[in-house]
Amino acid sequence: MKNRLAVNIAGIEMKNPIMPASGCFGFGREYAQFYDLNKLGAVAVKATTVEEREGNPTPRVAETPGGMLNAIGLQNPGLADVMDYELPWLQQFGELPVIVNVAGTTTDDYVQVAERVCQAPNVAAIELNISCPNVKCGGITFGTDPVIAAQLTEEIKKVSSIPVFVKLSPNVTDVVAIAKAVEAAGADGLSMINTLLGMRIDLKTRRPIIANRTGGLSGPAIKPVAIRMIHDVSQQVNIPIIGMGGIQSADDVIEFFMAGASAVAVGTANFVDPYACPTIIDELEAKLADYGVDSITELTGAAWK
Amino acid sequence: MDKGLVTVIANEQIAERIYRLQVQGELVGRMTRPGQFVHIKCGTGIDPLLRRPISICDVDADKQILTMIFRADGHGTRVLSESVPGQSLDILAPLGEGFPVDTRTDGEHALLIGGGIGVPPLYYLGKQLRARGVKVTFVIGFGTASQVFLTEELAELGTGHVVTMDGSAGTKGLVTDVLTEANGLAPADWDVLYSCGPLPMLRALQDTYQKLNKEGYISLEERMGCGVGACLACVCSVQEPQEGKKKYKKICSDGPVFAFGEVRV
Repeated sequence: MKNRLAVNIAGIEMKNPIMPASGCFGFGREYAQFYDLNKLGAVAVKATTVEEREGNPTPRVAETPGGMLNAIGLQNPGLADVMDYELPWLQQFGELPVIVNVAGTTTDDYVQVAERVCQAPNVAAIELNISCPNVKCGGITFGTDPVIAAQLTEEIKKVSSIPVFVKLSPNVTDVVAIAKAVEAAGADGLSMINTLLGMRIDLKTRRPIIANRTGGLSGPAIKPVAIRMIHDVSQQVNIPIIGMGGIQSADDVIEFFMAGASAVAVGTANFVDPYACPTIIDELEAKLADYGVDSITELTGAAWK
Repeated sequence: MDKGLVTVIANEQIAERIYRLQVQGELVGRMTRPGQFVHIKCGTGIDPLLRRPISICDVDADKQILTMIFRADGHGTRVLSESVPGQSLDILAPLGEGFPVDTRTDGEHALLIGGGIGVPPLYYLGKQLRARGVKVTFVIGFGTASQVFLTEELAELGTGHVVTMDGSAGTKGLVTDVLTEANGLAPADWDVLYSCGPLPMLRALQDTYQKLNKEGYISLEERMGCGVGACLACVCSVQEPQEGKKKYKKICSDGPVFAFGEVRV
């Protein structure tokens, strides 16, 4: 029987279009205690920087109706640890494609990380993080200007032997302009959207709840924004989009495909339910059968025009 | 750890904003270590979205009954306080590293110090220590008399000292005010200290007794995302970072209990 969930994005074969989103799944160790990660279409691991990063002070999360704000601040063990310890550990999951989210403060940082992670045998793609709203330098400063975003993409493409997805920020006026700029610079695909910049205030202390003051909003609350941006961008570019932003169910996945996504990432839902990804994969197979859809790829862009 | 459903069998208010919630289910049988916690989905929709960490107060393994005592402080715990018998709750448990008890021996004296909503986990801890023949003394602190709870239950396990900030119940002041020779609680009078409560209290205890090389454990609390160690929301710094070792600990999965000297508070 044909696998109706199979997708191919920028040459990466995935048995289903579901991956945990970067920053919401660590390097997989925690969730591997709940289920076999081979069930996933791919896994996008925590942002990796050259040196270990300790991240921001706590509190780092606050809840909002239908969403959460976070300001982790790219805490990660650093490139050497990821190469020596985390990526080899993920090799036990057979052919599971690993997407490494690459972050940095300078162009050189990004280049250094990208160049190294390509060398790991199980890394299928790079996700260029130019959209983290929670770090003072780097991150979003690369993602809000089409020229700078394109320059960085070009530099990464020079050193990368694997596909490069650029993770776009929703915190811009014209996301289409940035998407087109990075496509022209050679990006193989896009990830969208990253979190929306937000804030909550504690009524007792009269201070922002998050120590960093602002945080990135994720969860079901941002889904309509993601759908709109993917719908707009996907009609203007010819590269695949990994859609994300509040996905909680198979219906959400189908909606993202109809907006123009070719694969999806599940983020905050993992925190609510550690079994979110495998549950959605099972539901999706059943839903497509119900709708008489032979291949989920048929749904990409179904809502265009 | 795993995720599963439990059934609410009782829920009552026992002090100002404090609720005692009892649930029953298969997962409860796995909650063998005091100081661990459960992560509860409060309500069924997306508001509140995230789970809430709630400490384990008591476990009846035979009947698979879990008792939790929590304070209805924010949106999630207010929703949880409205739970009714027969209702199903989605829980993730048991989570975290709890209080170490298996190294304790008959005849030792343990000091259990709790502040406010940090008091409940000391009950299950006290029961397990007593089962090992350890003498248990409780020192529990609250803001005011209307917030005091669990004193009778704790009294069945050992000697108790109640402290309130305004003096409306027990001794006036802070828990540290009763840790004196006059009360038989000078450092030489006990072998190990376990504590759960507000950060300033834990800081005072660690600062004082770590210097004296006393064995002690503190249980920390922080806003959490996932509860299993993936999201890195609830981290704290280690006290003396060593070359090549991680500079932080995750409260949800490395803790919530840490030995004196492990982390900065």
